[in-house]
Amino acid sequence: MIYDLIIIGAGPAGITASVYAARKRMNFLVISKDIGGQTAWSGDIENYTGYQFITGPDLTAKFQEHIKKYNVEVKEEEVLDLRSESKIIKIKTDKAIYESKTVIVASGKTSMELGVPGENEFKNKGLTYCATCDGPLFSGKKVAVIGGGNSGLDAAIQLMKIAEHIYLINITDELTGDPIMQQEVRNSDKVTILNKTQAVAVFGDKFVKGIEVETKGKSKSMLEVAGIFVEIGLVPNSGFAKELEKNEADEIKVNSFNETNIPGVFAAGDVTDVPEKQIVIAAGEGSKAALSAFKYLIHNRARLKE
Amino acid sequence: MDKKVLVYSTPTCPHCIRTKEFLKTNNIIFEDIDVSDNTEKGEEMVERSGQMGVPVIDIDGKLIIGFDQQAIKEALGIQ
Repeated sequence: MIYDLIIIGAGPAGITASVYAARKRMNFLVISKDIGGQTAWSGDIENYTGYQFITGPDLTAKFQEHIKKYNVEVKEEEVLDLRSESKIIKIKTDKAIYESKTVIVASGKTSMELGVPGENEFKNKGLTYCATCDGPLFSGKKVAVIGGGNSGLDAAIQLMKIAEHIYLINITDELTGDPIMQQEVRNSDKVTILNKTQAVAVFGDKFVKGIEVETKGKSKSMLEVAGIFVEIGLVPNSGFAKELEKNEADEIKVNSFNETNIPGVFAAGDVTDVPEKQIVIAAGEGSKAALSAFKYLIHNRARLKE
Repeated sequence: MDKKVLVYSTPTCPHCIRTKEFLKTNNIIFEDIDVSDNTEKGEEMVERSGQMGVPVIDIDGKLIIGFDQQAIKEALGIQ
């Protein structure tokens, strides 16, 4: 079967695209390893219109309810390759090959790793990329959060309620996250902010025992911590889309209609070069991409039928 | 005979939520252990699994780390 549309990813961009595609009665499929994407891993969300406050997992549940209403088909598979062949686009996953007239790439981003000695060894042994998930296991313990952007501050704020003490390790001169979150972190006597500082190595035996850090212009020092939360940014999941044009950060280039360099292939949300990565922006981009795909199908109806 | 299923989890972790949903969908009765408000059980999970990530699923004593759908299905003997 050749689908009208295949949506890769089920974060805010992919989910919104699928709601729009369902309402346009397109014959489509969603392929995603998970539901919610980064939203599922977020703590408190206070800037998604309509919700003055909602947690990441709760918003994800809302997303899921929304697509359930339209009976959206979701295949839990990993996309390995995407290529265009004259009129159709072929998508290869770890389980099957699918064909479609249009595609929306909404595969989002995943956590960037530190790249320091000890990181791999202590993954899930005190070192984690998800404060929302694993935070509660560090109740009453000393921990380090790496990263001074919104994700780092979000992690620190979540941990303020749980951990004994938090070292916030930030590589730049000043914290870069939202001022309102910076304020919350600064006001807490549980948080020590270390600016101009980076992680050098992770130490431990069975589990994490400490982290070595280096502050610009000073000698290295060791912080005794049981937990390390890595929140240093994200990398786009765009590796499978080899034919698509990307920027220097590996983000897929799109125009304001969410078109990529390949006709029929659209992209939306954090995997693209759209300025600002926000849930509400990803959702808006997803709806735009679905409408663009719908219009593309109408305009190319004759050609695609041949 | 029904297998004894325990899920060590935290209320907010997406993979825990999905694990529990998966079990419910398959009509599997399980005991949910919230390690976020039970330090003792949290330590037990870390001790038994040798790691600190949630969820950990115990199916008749066999431990599965993370939401590994395939491994869970195999351990439960379901399709």
